[in-house]
Order: sequence, then structure tokens, then C-alpha cells
Amino acid sequence: MKVFVQGIGLLGPGLPSWADAQSVLRGNEPHRSARTVVQAPAQLPPAERRRAGNAIKVAMAVADQAMTLAGIDPKSVATVFTSSSGEGSNCHAICESLASGDRLISPTRFTNSVHNAPAGYWHIAVANRSASTSLCAFDDGFAAGLLEALSQVHALQLPILLVASDTPYPEPLNATRPLPDCFGLALVLTPVPTARSLASLRVELVPADLNARATVCDDGSLESLRTHIPAARALPLMQRLAQGDSHQSVMIEYRAGLQLQIEVGPGDSR
Amino acid sequence: MTRLPITHYTLSSALGAGRAPTLQALRENRSGLAKARFLDVELPTWLGVAPGLDAISMPQGLEAFDCRNNRLAWMGLNQDGFAQAVQEASARWGAHRVAVLLGTSTSGLLQTELAYRRRGSNGALPADFHYAQTQNTFALAAFVARAMDLRGPAWVISTACSSSAKVFSSAARLIATGLVDAALVGGVDSLCLTTVYGFNSLELLSPDICRPWDAERRGLSIGEAAAFALLERESAAAQGWLLGVGESNDGHHMSTPHPQGLGAAEAMQAALRDADLAPAAIDYINLHGTATPSNDASEATAVAAVFGATTPCSSTKGATGHTLGAAGGVEAAISLLALQSGLLPGGLNLRHPDPLLTSNYIGESHAAKLRHVLSNSFGFGGSNASLVLGAA
Repeated sequence: MKVFVQGIGLLGPGLPSWADAQSVLRGNEPHRSARTVVQAPAQLPPAERRRAGNAIKVAMAVADQAMTLAGIDPKSVATVFTSSSGEGSNCHAICESLASGDRLISPTRFTNSVHNAPAGYWHIAVANRSASTSLCAFDDGFAAGLLEALSQVHALQLPILLVASDTPYPEPLNATRPLPDCFGLALVLTPVPTARSLASLRVELVPADLNARATVCDDGSLESLRTHIPAARALPLMQRLAQGDSHQSVMIEYRAGLQLQIEVGPGDSR
Repeated sequence: MTRLPITHYTLSSALGAGRAPTLQALRENRSGLAKARFLDVELPTWLGVAPGLDAISMPQGLEAFDCRNNRLAWMGLNQDGFAQAVQEASARWGAHRVAVLLGTSTSGLLQTELAYRRRGSNGALPADFHYAQTQNTFALAAFVARAMDLRGPAWVISTACSSSAKVFSSAARLIATGLVDAALVGGVDSLCLTTVYGFNSLELLSPDICRPWDAERRGLSIGEAAAFALLERESAAAQGWLLGVGESNDGHHMSTPHPQGLGAAEAMQAALRDADLAPAAIDYINLHGTATPSNDASEATAVAAVFGATTPCSSTKGATGHTLGAAGGVEAAISLLALQSGLLPGGLNLRHPDPLLTSNYIGESHAAKLRHVLSNSFGFGGSNASLVLGAA
């Protein structure tokens, strides 16, 4: 399946944005890990901005970067959000309340506990009534989200915004599901090349046992992110996109026995 | 255009395990809701508890997945010969060519809620708590894929109460790409404290049995259920057809639907377009019909805009309760039962129809020859999905 990339967003430890991560992704300077800086999304109305936790903020930040670069009105673009969990701190607060005597949980916390909260907030922020799917595949979320996004582009012949993001839980859940920090990326994918296409992706689902292992990041610090945060499994793809070399292949881990082979080509290829 | 054979399906809910007790309860206008006890919940509420869950144990080797949600999934898979049909599809197409796409809203979260009552002196969760296999949203699909030995793409769609309607759309698209030939779809959601106390905090939990489309409706009654369907690229033995899917988002509010039901109407219109059917071709609408004042009003406006005031419709949540992330799958299965058995299911617990809801709402089940059914599922985050299902 072939699609075209028209917008890219990135946010993670030592990766402040897609634009500001170019030098690191191209290997011109080493990755220096620093806590992910998460900012409140400017597009949200004040009430929703106050209620938004990190899962919402990270997803919206990368979505906004990608849509801005794509130059498409975000109002009209269907979305796929993939994350290995919902809002961790929110889940923790609810579980604490439910284990306490009064069991009172706030309506906002309950509303924000749905896995599709980031998608809901994004669609409110940009007044978007297009379809939106939020999914979870634990550690395999990027590959699953990419397959869902590709099949939508293929079936509907329309652009799709794919957002893959993860945020850690506080303790005690963090001990059972340790993630080092927040990480998110977004891709705007189109069915045909446009004047603003940045690259093409040819994606195939291949048996893992017949092919090379998942592509790693040469930079040890980036590799540590790739192996510790589900959405960061896309980093080798983000590096190829930053490097802009044509016909570079990356292999992304999926379920046991399956991998995604992604060939990155130039944006003007037909 | 979507047109896929549904080669098998099953559902287990408060109405019973499998299709036969469900159909019997629907025929007899009998609700599975009761003022049942659930753990130590002391709220005045009605619940749709799936009978027999406590007796279910996990298959050998998958004990770490043990939680109420996966027990319900396992119970559901083992009804109506469904697991056997999945094995036949897996043998036909190859285990790696069968996807597992399921919906849930809370997965095994109850396990976490109970683990938080047993934290150690250092605050840690007990060692017998298995996050990945129970609480995580994907745990449901991970368990079902393992239990059925399916090795194709797998994910869980979690868009609150539209989750397990949307998996039908995802599966249809994934089959269309050629990456898989079949998909096990459906949804499982089980009772937990977050949803009971959460809907209560929003004042959406009815102290009375839920009464969809009633002038005095006071909110929803929560139920639990497992529903599964098997979609295949082609088959000579369809039990029903997936004819159309339509999805939209309100982009309006996180927990309240658009007052004019704009997003809901767009989902229904998209499903009809996909099925290439005129509104008049739909013989019955299985409404989302949660019985909250704003949801039913919004949906009635949307139905009126798309269908006018004559298409027979009802909400079966008065029988099953609102099974949240399983509702789309449950109501697709009820729609298939209706198509197969010539039964138009009535909407239970109706005393005084709301005069403001102008739909042709059917209160009592009756025999009717149905060719096409549209099923609605709408959720928090403004998520809307409609399915058009056809008789075999």
C-alpha cells in the first residue's frame, strides 16, 4: 500500500518538535535526553484547556504541528489516534477515589477517562465532524495505528491524520507499566501526491521470521526511546523522513510473527 | 462500497449466554435488568449482570489474563459454536490472515480498581496484578487472539460507546486492502466501579430502570456483554450481511451529544450511502437510545432528519442495559437475530412516550419480515457510528 506524507509532528524527550529535531534525526548531532516539554494546546477553549492532561496535550501538540506543515484545514481531515493507554494520572486519581471511603469521582475525570479523550478534544478544538478512530495495541500501537490509517486512506481516498502518543502512569501503576516519559508523533497521509508531499511510504505487512529484524536507531539515546516507549518505535521511520533519502526501507515491529516493512520514497513519485 | 458476509455471530448479556436465550427474552419482552448487587456498590441503580461469569475460568496457559472482562469474553466465544467457526475460518484463510478487531471501553479496569484496595505499605500494587493482560485496553484483543490462536493484525478500538460498532468498519476496510481475508470483530465490556460511579457523577445513571424514549426517562442502566461476529471476504454460508458503515464525530462536547444530532445524522447518511440504500429501504432502526434525556432527544432529531417519522425503531437497552463499549457489537448481533428470525424487537420499559420524540418508536416486540436494519452507536468524545445490516 502506498501513501504520501504531507505533514509530520514530533514531541519527545530531547525532541521539542519535528522542526527542532531535524539535526538529531539526521545524525548531525547526538540526541541529548531531556524531559519532554508539554504545553497546553492553544486551540482549546479555556474550559477544555484547564481539563486537559498530558495525554491530550501531547497528542494535540503533534497533531497541530503535522496539520500546520501539511497546510490543510484540520477541520476537514479524519483522524486515527493510537495510544498504549489513556490519561495515566487521571486513571490513578479515579482508582484512588474508588478505593477510598466516599468513592466520589469528578465528572471531568470520568469524561477524560475514555481512551478517545485526545481525539474528542482535538475534534472540538478544530470543529471537525469527520470520522475519528482511537485504538490501542499495547506495545504495537504505532504499527496498528498505521495499518488503520492506511486502510482508511485506501478505502476512502481522503487524507488522514495519524497520531501516535504515549504518556506514563504515576506510581503505583508506573511500576507495572514503566514508561520513561511522554512521546508523540503525527503524520498527515494522503492517497495521491500533492505539491506539498514530503515523502511517499510503501507499507507491507510481512512475516517477521522471513525478514530482517526491526530497524534500530544508531544513536544509543534514541534507541533507548525506541525500545522503551511504544510510539517511539516509529523513530527509525522519522529518521528516514528527516534524512530525505529515497528508497530507504525500515522494518517496524508489530505482533509476534509480523512486521511492517516501510519503504520511504520521494514525495513526487507517481 | 461495503458488502461482506457475516458468517457467524454470538452474544452474551444479562439476557443470557448465546443467541437462543437472547431471542427468547426479546420475543417475550423480558428485560435482563435488575436491582442487582454488584460488589459493595450502594447506589440505587439497575444493572444488567451477565449470568454465570463467576463460574468461568481462563483457558490453560492464559491464567494471567484472568479478570471479569476476559472471563466474559471467554464465555461469549464459547456460545453458539462461535469458537468452532473461528477455527474453521482460520483453517480456511490461515491464522495470520484473520484479524482480531474488538471494542471495549474499560477492558479489565475492575482488576485495577480492586488492586488499589490491596496496596502494600509502600503503596505498591499487589504482585498478582497483571497490567498488560487485564487493565490495558488491548488486553481484550490480546486474550482473544491468544485463545483463538489468531495471528493477523489485532487492535482494540476504544471510542467509548461506539467502540464495537466501529470495529466492523475497520474490519471491512482492512479486508478491502487485501492484508487479511477475515476478521473476528465484536466487543466486550464488563461492570466496573469507574463506569457506575462515573455515570452517577454526571447524573446520567437512572435510579429507576432505564426507559428509552419515555417522557420520564432519567438516565441509563449499565449492563455488561460480549458480542462477536466473523466477517469473511466471501462465503456461501452468510448468516447476514454487513452492507454499510458510516462514521462521524460531533466536534461539539466531550460528554453531551450535539443538540440537533448533526454528527449522528451524518453517520446514518454515510452508512446509507455506503450501502447504496435509500432511507425508505431500512425496515428497522436499532437506536442507540441510552435513555438519558439529552441523548434520546438528539438521536430522535437526527433520525427524523434522515428518515422522517415512519421507520420503525426501538432501543434494546431496556432489555440489555447500556453495555458501553460492547453496545455496538451487541446491537449488531440483535439486528442480525431480528433479520434472521423475523422479529422486530420492541423497546422495553416505555410508559409514557415522550411527545417531543417524533420517531415511530415500537414498544412491544412483534413478528416482521426485515430486509435491512440500521444500528446506531454513539459515544463520549462525540464518536458516532452507524451500521447497515442485511438479511442473508
